[in-house]
Amino acid sequence: MLQIKNLHASVEDKDILKGINLTVNAGEVHAIMGPNGAGKSTLASIIAGNENYEVSEGEILLEGEDISELAPEERAHKGVFLSFQYPVEIPGVSVTNFMKTAINESRKANGIEEMPANEMLKLIREKSELLEIDRKFLSRSLNEGFSGGEKKRNEIFQMAMLQPKLAILDETDSGLDIDALRIVANGVNKLKSKDNAVVVITHYQRLLDYIVPDFVHVLMDGKIVKSGGKELAYELEEKGYDWIKAELEV
Amino acid sequence: MELKDKLISSFMAFEESIDVHNELHDVRTLAIKNFENKGFPTKKEEAWKYTSLSAILKNDYSVFPKHENAVEFKDVKKYFLHEIDTHKVIFVDGKFSSFLSATTHDGLDVCLMSSALNKPKYKMVIDEYFNKIASKDESLTTLNTAFANEGAYINIPKSKVVEKPIEIIYFSTGIESALMVQPRNLVIVGENAHVQIIERHQSLNENPVLTNSVTEIFAQKRAIVDYYKIQNDLQSANLIDNTYISQKQESRVSVHTFSFGGNITRNNLNFYHFGERIDSTLKGITIIGDKQHVDHYTLVNHATPNCESHQNYKTILADSSTGVFNGKIFVEKEAQKTDAFQQNNNILLGDKATINAKPQLEIFADDVKCSHGCTIGQLDENAMFYMQQRGIPKKEAKALLMYAFSNEVIESIKIPELKQRITKIIATKLGVSLGFDL
Repeated sequence: MLQIKNLHASVEDKDILKGINLTVNAGEVHAIMGPNGAGKSTLASIIAGNENYEVSEGEILLEGEDISELAPEERAHKGVFLSFQYPVEIPGVSVTNFMKTAINESRKANGIEEMPANEMLKLIREKSELLEIDRKFLSRSLNEGFSGGEKKRNEIFQMAMLQPKLAILDETDSGLDIDALRIVANGVNKLKSKDNAVVVITHYQRLLDYIVPDFVHVLMDGKIVKSGGKELAYELEEKGYDWIKAELEV
Repeated sequence: MELKDKLISSFMAFEESIDVHNELHDVRTLAIKNFENKGFPTKKEEAWKYTSLSAILKNDYSVFPKHENAVEFKDVKKYFLHEIDTHKVIFVDGKFSSFLSATTHDGLDVCLMSSALNKPKYKMVIDEYFNKIASKDESLTTLNTAFANEGAYINIPKSKVVEKPIEIIYFSTGIESALMVQPRNLVIVGENAHVQIIERHQSLNENPVLTNSVTEIFAQKRAIVDYYKIQNDLQSANLIDNTYISQKQESRVSVHTFSFGGNITRNNLNFYHFGERIDSTLKGITIIGDKQHVDHYTLVNHATPNCESHQNYKTILADSSTGVFNGKIFVEKEAQKTDAFQQNNNILLGDKATINAKPQLEIFADDVKCSHGCTIGQLDENAMFYMQQRGIPKKEAKALLMYAFSNEVIESIKIPELKQRITKIIATKLGVSLGFDL
């Protein structure tokens, strides 16, 4: 699904990613963990096509196709979804209208006609139930005045609506109380299939109790320094990151 | 001949064409003298520092209307709020069009300035209100006063809630190679009365037009007035709008100005308070491009205690367009507990676009709340990335963001059909069609 080869990236001449290699196959869940400032959010942003970062070296392949030169919306049309750590407020544009626009723009780009209104309504109903979102919520302006938890839940609702091939969840657990965390995780799990993949970026092991990863990677100083199974997450939770640093120095 | 000389030398002929013995003869004479002394404003004056009229004054305008020109309704229907029933006072090349208008005297007066100025039954009202709040000093206003003869006269009696909005539209046909018109509107809204008014100036072809308009609005105790100005004219049209508002105790007046078109547009919007607990709202959206120029020059004169004013102006400038926001809040010594708020946000889309923003607060009372905020920026890159990430292409994402930027002002439009119309104009202006109506 996703192959990242020797990815180097910088912002304003500051190197942030220093040779990332990562392969995510369809049907898999990967977790990327690491200390603050390691480059986790940068990696997520770059996969999604944020033009503020300069990719100096390396490739990003989605289903074998190099997407590193594509605009963010073109990547989205190919099935890349990024759940934002800080979703943006768009006053005057309702959640529903935003989703209609997003879905139909993707369909247009893929040569599919607009989704009929009744089908759209059905999809909205189904996905809002999945994420236990009140229908009234959907006519509110996107993210405007939403609580931290509402914003995150709304991100996963959008993911459910757009049904991406590759979903990257950037710190989706921050700002969520335990009930909301369960609902969000349940949503992600229901959307998981053998044909799509999920990359979870998180500080804490907490979310990984609910979205169980097949692989855990540790990102430090712009590189993946250690990979393992889900038990690695517990080890990090318990011991922090210093032992990895020590290990690396040896 | 220069336009100034032409106007001064036409004055006598103009007065003779109406009625030189009219009571207003002295008012007009004083006014033309003031204009003669001052002439058109130039960039040397502080108030006109950023707006130059010199280029548009060079056209050889015909200065008062000669012909009655007909316009077919089907050709201009789109400029009306035709989805709903409205009162209409419509002018074509400065002359009243009875054909396009729907005036009334049934429980309220929505009719012509020329009849109000000339018929004896209106004499008392004219004596009391005409030229009473408009400046007797500002040159363009006095120029208008000198030639004041035609426009809309609206008088809403005490406690009358006017159900239908009133549309005032000035069309210019372009039959004259260049036309100067000077509409004069008078709006009197009685105690507890409520009215909604929409004003529009529209050219129908590319011949240059210079409109120098003066509107006086008197809001009596507890009156509510919502006034909307739609400025979406052709790029050959120039508009100087001088609006003077007098508010009595507990009245609420709002003026929304939507500036999307025209060549040079200058809005002089002045609020004066005569009583306590008055509420004044001034809002505007300006979206222009090419070499268009829009100048908002606002004044709120807080002279009495416990009053509020709210200003919110949003500007989006593309290409080489220029915008000006000069917002003056004056709080007199007696005006304690004033709550004055002013906000002006500007987005520059083009490298050559310019905004001159100048908040001016002069406060002489010591117990007041006055705040102002002014921002100048580009579109938020994070927001752009967010929307593109969801599959919305750059152009549409930009349009959505600009819509979101203007939304605060759009939201406060109280006539749903007008709100729809404005959002449609914005979508057209931004060159997008989205999966839903903005």
